[in-house]
Amino acid sequence: MADTLAPSSSPSTGGAHGPEQGTKRDFLKLVTGSFAVIGVGAIAWPFIASMNPAKDVLALASTDVDVGHIAEGQAVTVMWRGKPVFVRHRTPQEIEQARSVDVSSLRDPEADAARVQKAPWLIVVGVCTHLGCVPLGQKPTDPRGDYGGWFCPCHGSEYDTSGRIRRGPAPTNLVVPEYAFTSDTLIRIG
Amino acid sequence: MASGLHESSFANPVVRWIDQRMPIFTMMQKEYGSFPTPRNFNYFWNFGALAMINLVIMIATGVFLAMNYTAHTSLAFESVERIMRDVNYGWLIRYVHMNGASMFFIVVYIHIWRGLYYGSYKAPRELLWMLGVVIFILMMATAFMGYVLPWGQMSFWGATVITNLFSAIPLVGDSIVTLLWGGFSVDNPTLNRFFSLHYLLPFVIAGVVFLHVAALHITGSNNPLGIDPKGPQDTVPFHPYYTAKDSVGMIVYFAVFAFLVFFTPNYLGHPDNYIPANPLSTPAHIVPEWYFLPFYAILRAVPNKLGGVLMMFGAIAVLFVLPWLDRSPVRSMRFRPIAKWLMLLWTVNFFVLMWAGGRPAEGIYVLIARLSTAYYFAYFLVILPLLSKIERPLPLPESISRAVLRGGGPLRGAAAAKPMEKA
Repeated sequence: MADTLAPSSSPSTGGAHGPEQGTKRDFLKLVTGSFAVIGVGAIAWPFIASMNPAKDVLALASTDVDVGHIAEGQAVTVMWRGKPVFVRHRTPQEIEQARSVDVSSLRDPEADAARVQKAPWLIVVGVCTHLGCVPLGQKPTDPRGDYGGWFCPCHGSEYDTSGRIRRGPAPTNLVVPEYAFTSDTLIRIG
Repeated sequence: MASGLHESSFANPVVRWIDQRMPIFTMMQKEYGSFPTPRNFNYFWNFGALAMINLVIMIATGVFLAMNYTAHTSLAFESVERIMRDVNYGWLIRYVHMNGASMFFIVVYIHIWRGLYYGSYKAPRELLWMLGVVIFILMMATAFMGYVLPWGQMSFWGATVITNLFSAIPLVGDSIVTLLWGGFSVDNPTLNRFFSLHYLLPFVIAGVVFLHVAALHITGSNNPLGIDPKGPQDTVPFHPYYTAKDSVGMIVYFAVFAFLVFFTPNYLGHPDNYIPANPLSTPAHIVPEWYFLPFYAILRAVPNKLGGVLMMFGAIAVLFVLPWLDRSPVRSMRFRPIAKWLMLLWTVNFFVLMWAGGRPAEGIYVLIARLSTAYYFAYFLVILPLLSKIERPLPLPESISRAVLRGGGPLRGAAAAKPMEKA
């Protein structure tokens, strides 16, 4: 224990170029340290990346839905990326109800036209934007809240016939997923 | 002690605040900073640190593999293939884990060899050595169970053969095997418990490594001369001297590791393990992984079931009592003119066993395995005890500093310079 060494301040070990420039050992320490940091970062990258969705998960990231058999006023729930997606065939009254709202009065202002591709078909992710519960309202016997859309049983958020938040704690409208009509009655979600 | 705070020598206020309440910085400084270490280490002394790094790599890759592995006989093989094909960088993580096991054994075998050649097992380091043997046994158990998890043909038949070793035990053998299996053959319950234990044991190893290092820091390190440091002139502080030297070894180690992973990832494995397990068909030529081959050769060399099993376990158990078999007070083989050559012969013999273990158990291979097995045990049980009595060792150097600062080897004549105080 006699050798108490302060490596960084030992000028005899470095080829000093001058007091301001630091020693050779300072340089070596910096280079070694930088390589160590870069090396650890390069090793950490694949580990972190491995936690992102794998290729087989991504391969199942879109879902095809046949909406031909859904009658007016009916709704179906399909699984997409492990979550429910609500596909609702809206009645003319429901469409009218969704369009007649003053957009600027909404918490998350969005016109109904911006949320649907074809007026009768409302497609939204069935996950409450508050804390992730699945709202009720898919069945005619379910409570749909005062706005005729969906009612979340967890904390009482109410959505209208365009899936927009109208009352309760949820901050934003139900999310409209990416989708496209591949034919008149076929929809590809995702 | 009035305030109950530790007296810290650190200036940084945050470090100091922590250190006063929990002196881990003081401890690290003492054990890895200023720790007095013999000044004459050669590169064989890198391998303890390398083994530690390897354990960390195995645990890290293993934890991430477990995130994607399914321990069920009908899903295990597929889940490993999914890791290889679908999981981002899954191939890399698995190949590092797979080859990491081989690297771990390479490193640990060299580490053990270092101990055998330089007499690191002798007083006062007997317990340190025995803890090392415990780590080695735990490693073998962990590696074996890990090899079962992909549930390929070699996994399945390796598990069958190794668990059947216990059936050699008289009277209770069969009951023990049934207990190990959790059924009447290697099956889903076996796979489940092996996965559980394979995840547990590395942390047990980490615990024993802690004890191994704790014991090391009481006795201090051995060195290539095998003589005790007699004062500060014989030692250097661990940092920066051996942190730097270990880093050099680490770079070489990572280069070898990377070569295996990126260029020959399956070189050390068996292609049969990429065939899903089939309980109805044993592969024609079944051999364990390379690191078990010497012990496998000993098992097969004995023409008796129980005898073979006992000899195989005995080959490792004999290491526990080695400190009491070799009574020579001279640690390093450098100063033991006879033992040195017989030890090197033992080393060659170890490789012969490894080679014989990979050959079919027939003809000349059986004879070679038997002779090698005989020498393996004779070295420990006959040669070392005998040499302790009859060998005349070379004169030991007066001190480490005298020997290493004058060109190495024992001192010739008395004209040596005074030991230097500092490097």
